[in-house]
Amino acid sequence: MLKDITLGQYYPGDTLVHRLDPRTKLILTLIYIAALFTAIVYAGYALVVLFLAVSILLSRIRLRNILSGLKPLIIIVLITGILNLFYTKGEHLLVHFWRISIYWEGVETAIFMALRIMLLIAGTLLLTYTTSPLQLTDGLESLLNPLKKIRVPVHELAMMMSIALRFIPTLIEETDKIMSAQRARGADFETGGLIAKAKAMLPLLIPLFVSAFRRADELATAMESRCYHGGEGRTRMKQLSMARRDWIALAVGVLLLALVILFRRLGI
Amino acid sequence: MSTIIKTEKLVYTYEGAEAPTLRGLDLEIEEGTFVAVLGHNGSGKSTLAKHLNGILIPTSGRVLVDGMDTAEEQNLLAVRHTVGMVFQNPDNQIVANVVEDDVAFGPENLGIEPREIRRRVDDALTSVQMYEYRNHAPHLLSGGQKQRVAIAGILAMKPRCIVLDEPTAMLDPVGRGEVLDTITRLNRQEGITVILVTHHMEECIGADRLLVMSEGSILMDGSPRELFPRVEEMEAAHLGVPDTTRLMYALNREGYQLPLEAITTEECAQALLRAFGHKE
Ligand SMILES: Nc1ncnc2c1ncn2[C@@H]1O[C@H](COP(=O)(O)OP(=O)(O)OP(=O)(O)O)[C@@H](O)[C@H]1O
Ligand SMILES: [Mg+2]
Repeated sequence: MLKDITLGQYYPGDTLVHRLDPRTKLILTLIYIAALFTAIVYAGYALVVLFLAVSILLSRIRLRNILSGLKPLIIIVLITGILNLFYTKGEHLLVHFWRISIYWEGVETAIFMALRIMLLIAGTLLLTYTTSPLQLTDGLESLLNPLKKIRVPVHELAMMMSIALRFIPTLIEETDKIMSAQRARGADFETGGLIAKAKAMLPLLIPLFVSAFRRADELATAMESRCYHGGEGRTRMKQLSMARRDWIALAVGVLLLALVILFRRLGI
Repeated sequence: MSTIIKTEKLVYTYEGAEAPTLRGLDLEIEEGTFVAVLGHNGSGKSTLAKHLNGILIPTSGRVLVDGMDTAEEQNLLAVRHTVGMVFQNPDNQIVANVVEDDVAFGPENLGIEPREIRRRVDDALTSVQMYEYRNHAPHLLSGGQKQRVAIAGILAMKPRCIVLDEPTAMLDPVGRGEVLDTITRLNRQEGITVILVTHHMEECIGADRLLVMSEGSILMDGSPRELFPRVEEMEAAHLGVPDTTRLMYALNREGYQLPLEAITTEECAQALLRAFGHKE
């Protein structure tokens, strides 16, 4: 069950989308999100969806993988949709019973909001599916580099993030192991209500924390032994470089945002 | 031959501990030798190992790595560049999500130029026979493979000495063999000084020199061939001896005259053949 977590999962490949510089992809994702929240009506939405669809096609990531990444969030999407459905007031009353009234505007907002969340997640999934965690943190570090001037520990934050990503599978494996060990001693993680389940998790968390701290300590020693002394004077084997395709991709992104803003102004 | 590591009256007491863990160790290690370190649990092997690249600093006494005092802050990077360290748990010393990125970590910290890093990473991975796995995720490898990646990560820094603290303790026999072969080859072919802390007597047989630790000091120091036949002394230090020696020791107590210094399987088989072979 824990193995299903796809957070930070990367599908290696050699497509145009994979080859883009991680900084380009990070900026494009931001542009995409901005466009998504700027688009209010059909034409703008259509454009954003088109952009995502073309990106997915180019990346050769299977739609199935994107959908399975969306699955864990279906509840959030549903709740947002339902809340919008009931709480949006409008002019065109559709149904009215007891104290609940549903307006046509509510249906519209509900669909748009649900779609917006799903598109938001699908876009970020595409980013993590096509960019290795190391590239991602390298890109972030490079983009946030100017913040070092105001003493933001950019290198340290990026290193923390990449180590966290590195240890997710290890800790998941360990959790599975501890669960099996405790199941063998009669622990029950499946039955009972939410509170019973949470209680059953407690004896799981303690060994997990103890072991995580021991790992952290050993890892720090190992890193120091390998001459790690912060970002100062550090070089990288794989250097980031912006190619022509990166500038073209960014231009397309800017165009997308500009068009979406235009459509919003025009109200189409 | 020159001395690469030297300890002078090394004493170390853990914070809050009553008695010192290391009690005045004097040790000199020649460059290019393969040194195995044995000792019962808690005898101070790991504590000693951690002194050899400045992770721990002596409470009193000195540790010199290639003449540099590890207690001096400005020497630390050079010390760690000279003496690489491999630990017991391979999971907790791999930093990156991709094998080759992990191997690059050390050279990157040294500020080496990217193309040279690439070359070193490829060489190091080839040297531990993990080149085909360079794009794999480390957590999907076997224990022996992970430990070889960890060794490659140290090799890529081109250290003159590698200290390994029970690198095989968490591995199955196959993984253990892979790692031991790799270490031996690095010592014999590339002349890297190896200090191997271990619990397995068999892993010491190929070493040039064997140190037996007990209660924070060095109890015995000599070649494995000299030390293993001293079965009673080894047992007094709560240690065993290789199966080969144990077998011949047991036979000798029954009145045979077998050479206890025949410690390799091959030599032992020869000795047994000479003693019993012609009787059939
Ligand atoms: N961080 C620590 N703080 C306090 N005491 C410690 C610490 N680490 C080790 N010790 C103590 O120092 C002594 C020597 O420990 P060390 O780990 O060096 O032994 P070892 O020979 O490596 O044992 P093992 O074979 O179990 O690995 C032990 O008595 C241990 O309890
Ligand atoms: Mg130890």
